Amino acid sequence: MSAFLALIRRDLRLTLRAPGEVLTLILFFVMIGVTVPFAIGPDKVLLARLAPGIVWIAALLSALLALDRLFRPDQEDGSLRALRHADISLEAVALAKLIAYWLTTAVPLMLATPLLAVMMNMDMALLGRSLVSLLVGTPGLAAFGTFGAALTVSLRHGGLIAPVLILPLSIPILIFGASAAAGGALASAGNAALLLLAGLSLAVTALSPFAIALALRLSED
Amino acid sequence: MESPLDTETAKKMTWFDRIAHPGQFLMWSRYVLLPLAVGSALLFVLGLWFAFFNSPPDYQMGDTVRIMYIHVPNAWLSQFVYALMAVSAIGTLVWRHPMADVSMKAAAPLGAAFTAMALFTGALWGRPTWGTFWEWDGRMTSTLILLLMYLGLIALWRAFDDQLRAAKIVAVLTLVGAINIPVIKFSVDWWNTLHQPASVFRADGPTMPPEILTPLLVMSLAFTFLFGVLHIVRMRTEIFRRRVKSLERKRALEGAKTS
Repeated sequence: MSAFLALIRRDLRLTLRAPGEVLTLILFFVMIGVTVPFAIGPDKVLLARLAPGIVWIAALLSALLALDRLFRPDQEDGSLRALRHADISLEAVALAKLIAYWLTTAVPLMLATPLLAVMMNMDMALLGRSLVSLLVGTPGLAAFGTFGAALTVSLRHGGLIAPVLILPLSIPILIFGASAAAGGALASAGNAALLLLAGLSLAVTALSPFAIALALRLSED
Repeated sequence: MESPLDTETAKKMTWFDRIAHPGQFLMWSRYVLLPLAVGSALLFVLGLWFAFFNSPPDYQMGDTVRIMYIHVPNAWLSQFVYALMAVSAIGTLVWRHPMADVSMKAAAPLGAAFTAMALFTGALWGRPTWGTFWEWDGRMTSTLILLLMYLGLIALWRAFDDQLRAAKIVAVLTLVGAINIPVIKFSVDWWNTLHQPASVFRADGPTMPPEILTPLLVMSLAFTFLFGVLHIVRMRTEIFRRRVKSLERKRALEGAKTS
């Protein structure tokens, strides 16, 4: 257990030591929110209606941006090989990586979501629903992202192909996530969507360490 | 003179070895190919004759209903090919079957082509009957996502130089995709639905009259045979390609030694 926590702490410390990447991530996330009104017009009612979907799209794209730093540095400096022979199983390593990835991408994005809410003319209720849906759904997204990064770890240009592989798989999470965030007349369907999202996200997060560890094992030998 | 070792291994050869060994596969698949191709051609002739001349036009859709005889077999194969790839993926990961990854690799572009054909014919059929080429309806959307998954798998195959390593990684993605397909289907259905419900495979029997069902089944069988032919041809090509590659490597090694 201590090794597991140490792994998470290591990844957090590595990220905090070079905070530029997380800041870039937040910048990218906010920028999507800034550019969308230019594309669809400054109509406040329309923006508020589209806001939950835009927040989810922005979160999905930003999370893809950070995929390459999940296993690539560890692969390059050889620590991934060391982790394969560590005391804890590779599945636990995968889960630790997944948690660290979620803490360093999804949590900053959720903290930046209120900024997007102001620009999209979301009211407090809608912001609350969006944040809850992000909190519930992003672990599942992070699990798919970690899986994609593990599949492509032995490729030199894996950064481009991993998003193509995991986007189709992430569609259910996007569907339930955006529905759960929608308010107003759709709120009752949104509650059902939130439950489905929670179930899906938990199942994906629980099962993904096995797939990630398998992919890591097979990419090395 | 044959060594005793050879005859012993020859005796032990089971049907499983026969499909597992690339050389053996090349031997027997040559003789299977022609009957399969002829069978496919005959079924197509029969099925098309039924479809065009010996089946009634629909009382609502008129003659456009004949698009179904192309559309439904392609849609069926789009799912069948993925199932075959998932079985091959298990073969690669669990039994380390040497032909399983060849089968998986050969099937992916075929599956993508059948899925694209199902979407294309569906669009042609949707225009006169629903008044639109594309609708974000449950079944259409999940077929589109299936196509994206096929294309992702092909892209992953092509990203690797080492095809044996690629096989294992692609097998993992194929299986994760196979587990995900029902979830995607459920989520997309939940999201939006317009498509007619299943009408061939149902517990209380098909809801179609037999004069429409017959050409449909014949055409489905014809397309499935066609897939069998193309799959075997592609598998043979893949084996030859690997042999050429290993010969080239050997040649380059010898060249490096002599110079």
